[in-house]
Order: sequence, then structure tokens, then C-alpha cells
Amino acid sequence: MTSAAAPKPISQAQKDEVLAIVARHKQEPGPLIEILHDVQRSMGYVPAEAVPLIAGALNLSRAEVHGVVTFYHHFRSAPHGQKVLRLCRAEACQSMNGRALELHAKQRLGIGFGETTADGAITLEAVYCLGLCACSPAAMIDEEVHGRVTPEHLDELLKRAGAGAKP
Amino acid sequence: MTVTVWISRDAGALALGAEATAQALVAAARKAGSDIKLRRNGSRGLYWLEPLVEVECAADRIAYGPVTAQDVPGLVEKGMLRGEPHPLRIGPIEKHPWFASQQRLTFARVGRIDPLDLDDFIAHGGFQGLRRALEIGSLATVNEVVESGLRGRGGAAFPTGIKWQTVLKQPAGQRYITCNADEGDSGTFSDRMLMEGDPFSVIEGMTIAGVAVGATRGYIYLRVEYPHAYQVMSTAIGAARKAGYLGADVCGSKLAFDIEIRLGAGAYICGEETSMLESLEGRRGEIRVRPPLPAEKGLFGAPTVVNNVVTLATVPVVLAAGAAAYRDFGQAKSRGTLPLQLAGNVLRGGLVERAFGLTVRELLYDYGGGSASGRPIRAVQIGGPLGAYLPESQFDTPLEYEALSAIGAMLGHGGVVAFDDTVDMLEMARYAMEFCAHESCGKCTPCRIGSVRGAEALGNIARGINPEGNFSLVEELCDTMLQASLCGLGGMAPFPVLSAMKHFREDFRQGPGR
Ligand SMILES: Cc1cc2nc3c(=O)[nH]c(=O)nc-3n(C[C@H](O)[C@H](O)[C@H](O)COP(=O)(O)O)c2cc1C
Ligand code: SF4
Ligand code: FES
Repeated sequence: MTSAAAPKPISQAQKDEVLAIVARHKQEPGPLIEILHDVQRSMGYVPAEAVPLIAGALNLSRAEVHGVVTFYHHFRSAPHGQKVLRLCRAEACQSMNGRALELHAKQRLGIGFGETTADGAITLEAVYCLGLCACSPAAMIDEEVHGRVTPEHLDELLKRAGAGAKP
Repeated sequence: MTVTVWISRDAGALALGAEATAQALVAAARKAGSDIKLRRNGSRGLYWLEPLVEVECAADRIAYGPVTAQDVPGLVEKGMLRGEPHPLRIGPIEKHPWFASQQRLTFARVGRIDPLDLDDFIAHGGFQGLRRALEIGSLATVNEVVESGLRGRGGAAFPTGIKWQTVLKQPAGQRYITCNADEGDSGTFSDRMLMEGDPFSVIEGMTIAGVAVGATRGYIYLRVEYPHAYQVMSTAIGAARKAGYLGADVCGSKLAFDIEIRLGAGAYICGEETSMLESLEGRRGEIRVRPPLPAEKGLFGAPTVVNNVVTLATVPVVLAAGAAAYRDFGQAKSRGTLPLQLAGNVLRGGLVERAFGLTVRELLYDYGGGSASGRPIRAVQIGGPLGAYLPESQFDTPLEYEALSAIGAMLGHGGVVAFDDTVDMLEMARYAMEFCAHESCGKCTPCRIGSVRGAEALGNIARGINPEGNFSLVEELCDTMLQASLCGLGGMAPFPVLSAMKHFREDFRQGPGR
């Protein structure tokens, strides 16, 4: 129903964590994307407050860092739900009823792509090919992969992932 | 006696339940009092038979498939662990026509070996190519690749040896090998299968490239959507380093070479080589204007080889067997073998590696067995989201570079996606424009604006709004994109659109309520 509420300000410990990540990569050539990956891995997203910290430590402008964060679809600016469901929208999956699956997921969860269920259980994201095109349509829940996904199969996966049925 | 059983850990097999099958097998064997050794391999590429279980019986590996976790207790009871008959028994995979008719060179080890067992790799011909390269030296190695006729398998089909020659010619200094593992094309998974099923072959290929052009450092640009490949690849790099195949002194040659993996971040455009280099340097993946070529000024301004995973993993085959032996496969200007990926609405999808020349129809019907839905196959898209749609009348086209380009299509990375007759080609054309808009790096207007307007105009045709006018508008936009885009995203996105408009005109005619 809602996309995740505006993220809470990050704590001092989290700021320290960001700086520690930067310190770890700073000596590598072209480290910014590596740093963003580690920040997102550690915190689940790239908080707005991390941008000036990273920029300062790497001698880049905030605009440059912000520009990189927003260029890549993978980096999120808000926390995700407990689990992330990624549905493939690309052609091979479309040829195997991927569109219907997509509609079903949106209705079942009551959210669109890029949104999180109100109970914070599931974030729904679009992906463009998971390399599972010989068993389309494909989906991923966190890092667990699923092929030939039917709406019924998806319901079961969601139930297991802790997403209660839509009221 | 311990029975060795193989079950794949390839992401495609896992997506079809291989992990549950493996667990069920361990439990069923324990219950039956049978001693088994479970080994994990890559996929043989017959995804329609995954989860595939292979039981070692004397000299053969007897396959059963597809085996779900629920099937396992019954199979064990019926003597699967002794290779006994059962409706799911396939027999040795190597003798199955789907597999036996293939010519697996690049994929020779995938599915046969334990991907992370270095001894297994070496026992199956691993590092022979590297040893030969070290023996004959830089120049002769480059020449061998030139002679083989190997062309890049990532999409642009540029002769690999010629690219290496350019790098070799540059003034002395730091050089890089980059492996393009961004594999963003829908319908493709050969890079993933190689990285998960035979990661040392990618390492070997990159190291040979390093020896050939005098580079000491390699990067793999791996898409973040492939966590399994990342796991296997990084473990393999660690193992190769530990065994002296990477590092300061590769195989006692005094030559240094090492590899680092960098993860992409969900941008299709970063598969384009200059965008990939920008991304490897930690920036937005905006296209670089050529010249200079990456071979002249690439990563961090240094001469850089950019090659696809399949290209690099094929190089050891070329070196080990010799250029002439590799050239013998294929036809005209398409030499060697091509790992085709058959996907979408087909009954039997998977990886088909053969010498160039197989026709679309043979692939779809002899291998694919027709559509999965049982309905007629109406269209195929070849070469990913920027590739043309072919109608049935073009299915006799051979899958090779020149023949496809003659009909305005392209092979790309070798993905073939089938659609049955329920497909709405107007919608597929609209999607192609929408995808281009979604992935555009924004550097040039024909792509950035053209794709947005193209998607709108196609949407309007679907709603019956001025269909003729919008049809012409799309044609004009495509023309501009083809002529004036800076790179292949905007420059090729018109291919699926125009081919759909040309060959499936009927889908664009009707008004509302089509
Ligand atoms: C929009 C676009 C996306 C591309 N994506 C990939 C990709 O994901 N993987 C790849 O190997 N090549 C991709 N390419 C081709 C690369 O630019 C480049 O030609 C290739 O990596 C060179 O390696 P090869 O000669 O071994 O094929 C793409 C090209 C374009 C224009
Ligand atoms: S064609 Fe598109 S992706 Fe390529 S440079 Fe232009 S805007 Fe960027
Ligand atoms: S198109 Fe969906 S997994 Fe490749």
C-alpha cells in the first residue's frame, strides 16, 4: 500500500560504519561503487546522510556521489522490507506469462514495484533478466532463485516468506 | 560401497528445486542404509531435465530427470542408486540425442566436473591452454587467437585476436584485462553457466589474455543479479591463487597476473564496454565517446582488453587444440562453436553448443521440441532486447553472423527467445522502447528522448489514438535513433521495434479493444 516511510535519521554508530567502509576501500582504484555496495549490504540501503560522508572522505563532490547512487537501479535510498521479491520483467519471462505473474504479485501484495508492504514484510522490485530464461518466469526472494513460477507457487513462496494475505 | 551422485548447484537447477532434491536424496539414502557421496556440478544445460540426478555406475553416469524432492524416495526404492530402470531414467547424458548432437568445446567441462575442484579441472584438460601460451609466448599467443577466427561472443562479434594485437602494440606500461560478465540480455545465460560450472576456464582465459598482451591485472565486471556466480567465481579465484595459477609468479613463469571481481549495480547499459569501464572506475555508467578505443585508452586510461566471459573461456580451447582445429568448426566468417541459449516459450530450453550453422527452426523444433504451451511459435527474438523479432518465414535462417545481418537481425550473445501465438507484438515493440528509456544513460537525445516518445506513440496506437500518424512517428523516431545515437542501446533498440512493425503489421492495425 505504502512505500516505506521516510527513513529515520541514521545513528552515530551507522555513520562510523560508513566511514569505516570508506577507509577499507579508499586505497583501491575507483572505489566508489564498491563502497556503495558495502554500505547497502550493511545497512540495507544507501542513506542520504551517507552521501556527504563518502564524498568528503573520497574528495568528491556530493553531486558526484549522489549522481552515482541514482544512476544505478540497484542502490536504494530507503530501507527495504524484511524480504525482497524480485520479479523478472524481461522478454523470455514475458513469453511465459510473466505479465500475469507480475499483476498477481502486485494485487496479492497490494503494492507496486519499488514499494514495501505496510507490515514491512516484502519489498517488490522489478529486474530485467536473472539468467534463468530457460525456466521462465523467474523470481528471486532475497538470494533464493525460483523458476517456472506460477501465481499459486508465488503465493506459497510469499506465505513462507511471511507475507500474510491481503486483508 | 559408496555411490557417487551428482546434482547441480547451477542457479537454474536451484531455481527448479535442485537443493530440495539433494536434501531428499541424502535423507532417502540414509533411510535405505545406502552410502552416498553427493557431488555438486554445474548444469549440463538441459534445463528441461533439471533437477537432474546423475548416479555413477561403473564407467557411466546414469541420469534421472527431472527429479523433484517428492520423486526421490520412490526412485531410491526402485534402485536409482544402482542405475535401475524407471520412467525418469534418461541413461548417460552424453548419449542423449539432445546432448550427443552438440559439439561442446567451450562448455566441455560444464556439468561434468566439480566446478571448484582444481584437480578435476586439470584432469579434464584444464590449464593446457595456459601452459601452451606460456611456452610459445606473447606474440605467438596473439597470433594463434587471430588465426582461430574467434570473434567476440558478447554481441559485437569483433575478431578477438585483432583486439589483442591493438593492445599489444601500445607503448609499454600498465595494461588491463577486463572480463565482461554483465550478461544483461534477456534469454542469455551462457556466461552464468560458465562461471558457475567451470570458473577456472574463465580464469585460465583471462590469464592467457594477460600473458598475450602483457597485462598483470584483470577485472571481472559481474552483474549483481548473479550472486551464485559471484560465490563460485570468487572461491575459484582464491583457489587458483593459492595453487600458484594466479599471483606474482603464474605457474612458475615469473609472469604476474591476478584477478579481482567488481560487482555491477543493475544497469543494463554497463554491459556496453565503455560504460563498463566507467563503472569499473566507480562512476556513472555513461558511454565514452570513441576514439580512443578501450584497447588504446581503456581502464584508468591504460590499454585494455575487454572481452566477454564466453570469449575468454574459449581462448584456452583455441590454445590447447590449436587455431586450425578450432577454425575447422563453423562456416564462412563464423568460425568455431557457438553456445546458443534457447529460452522462453519452448518445451526443452537450455544450452546448445554447436558449430555455427544450425537454423532457427532446427534449434526451436529439433532441440526445443516446439513451444511449451503447445501453441504455434509465432516469433523469436534473437540477440537480447536489442535484437530483431523473426517471423516463422525466417526460421530457416542459419544462426551465424552474416546470415542474420543479411535479414536485418543479429546474433548478439546467442540468446533465442520463443513466443507463441498469444504474443502481442505491438506490446513487445512498446516494451522495447520502454526498456531503452529505462536503461538509457542519458548522454544523447535520440536515445533519451526518442525512446520515451517511441513508447508513448506505441502506447497510443494500442489505445487506437491516431494509429497511422503514430505509426509514422515511430518510424521517424527509429530512424533518428538508428542514425544519431552514440552507442548500441539507442542505436539498436529500433531493431526489435521495426522488425515487429514490419513482420507483424497486423498487430499494429486494429484500434481500441484489440
Ligand atoms: C547496450 C549494450 C549492452 C551490452 N551488454 C553486454 C554484456 O552484457 N556482455 C558483453 O559481454 N557484452 C555486452 N555488450 C558488448 C560490449 O560492448 C563489447 O562489445 C563486448 O563486451 C566485447 O567483448 P567480446 O569481443 O568478447 O564480445 C553490450 C553492448 C551494448 C551496446
Ligand atoms: S544511445 Fe542511449 S545509452 Fe547510448 S550513449 Fe546515447 S543515451 Fe547513452
Ligand atoms: S528473461 Fe527473465 S530470467 Fe531471463
